[in-house]
Amino acid sequence: MLLLLGLCCAPILIAKEAQPNEDPQIAARMRNLTEQLRCLVCQNETLADSRADLAEDLRKQVREQIKAGKSDKEIIAYLTDRYGDFVLYNPPVKSTTYLLWFGPFALLIGGTVVLFRFLKRRRELIHEQPLTAAEHKRAEEILKSA
Amino acid sequence: MNKYLLVPLVLFLGLVVFLMIGLRRDPREVPSPLINKPAPDFQLQQLKEPIKTFSSKEMRGKVWLVNFWGSWCIACREEHPVLMKYAKGEVPIYGVDYKYANDATDERAGAMQMLAEEGNPYTLVIHDPEGRTSIDYGVYGAPESFLIDKTGVIRFKQIGPITDEVWNNKILPLARQLNQ
Repeated sequence: MLLLLGLCCAPILIAKEAQPNEDPQIAARMRNLTEQLRCLVCQNETLADSRADLAEDLRKQVREQIKAGKSDKEIIAYLTDRYGDFVLYNPPVKSTTYLLWFGPFALLIGGTVVLFRFLKRRRELIHEQPLTAAEHKRAEEILKSA
Repeated sequence: MNKYLLVPLVLFLGLVVFLMIGLRRDPREVPSPLINKPAPDFQLQQLKEPIKTFSSKEMRGKVWLVNFWGSWCIACREEHPVLMKYAKGEVPIYGVDYKYANDATDERAGAMQMLAEEGNPYTLVIHDPEGRTSIDYGVYGAPESFLIDKTGVIRFKQIGPITDEVWNNKILPLARQLNQ
């Protein structure tokens, strides 16, 4: 019964949002754009996935702007002007995000330098100490007796 | 003991401090790109008299607070008594009653009813039936309020309900300073 209910309701839920006769090119751009954008109400969802009212309104805006011939760049600018870079899942490279973008590489390079210096110093600590004649003789005796 | 052995410990403690600060911050408070930028202009119908419109340009030369709310918004009901307390004070509060475009309820009736029952703290209430103005202001978590200066620039944004503390420590001192 529950299964039946699920089967009959699922298409209705989808139908609310999908635009059946939409130009496939617009649909593809729409999908591509909204998957890069964050829904601010439920912050871990993309604008494509979210069921929040605000997300539905923003998808409507994005769709309208695609139809009005706006470029992806213009549409993204429209959203970041209002909601900030936080709407982007892919944050732009700029002075405030240098640490975010380059921090991990700086850590990797720094860590490698520290590791090599450590290994080099450890190698320097080991020096060859040749056996003295007495030690040599004793070692031979131990080997023979074994 | 090798003094370098303490380095990882110090780094770890530094990380702990950063994470502690991160835990105390509210992830819902996203910094607005609109601070210190001109407030988006709007011209909308008034809630009570739809034949009259209100334009944000009418407020040039005044320091005012615009509060985005809706009768559907639970946190707005929580904020309402606080706004009532400071209504008709030094800072005029203008309300933008909005709803989402895909929400089919009659927000105008809902808002009128809420104001009739719980009082009206607003100098004027404007109606944004499709939430377009709220999108222009980057509103995502009602209630949100913007303090706008005499030249029409946004100086402060409050995300979520205004409390006594926010009003007395942030909005009022800033409004007084802007009024000078």
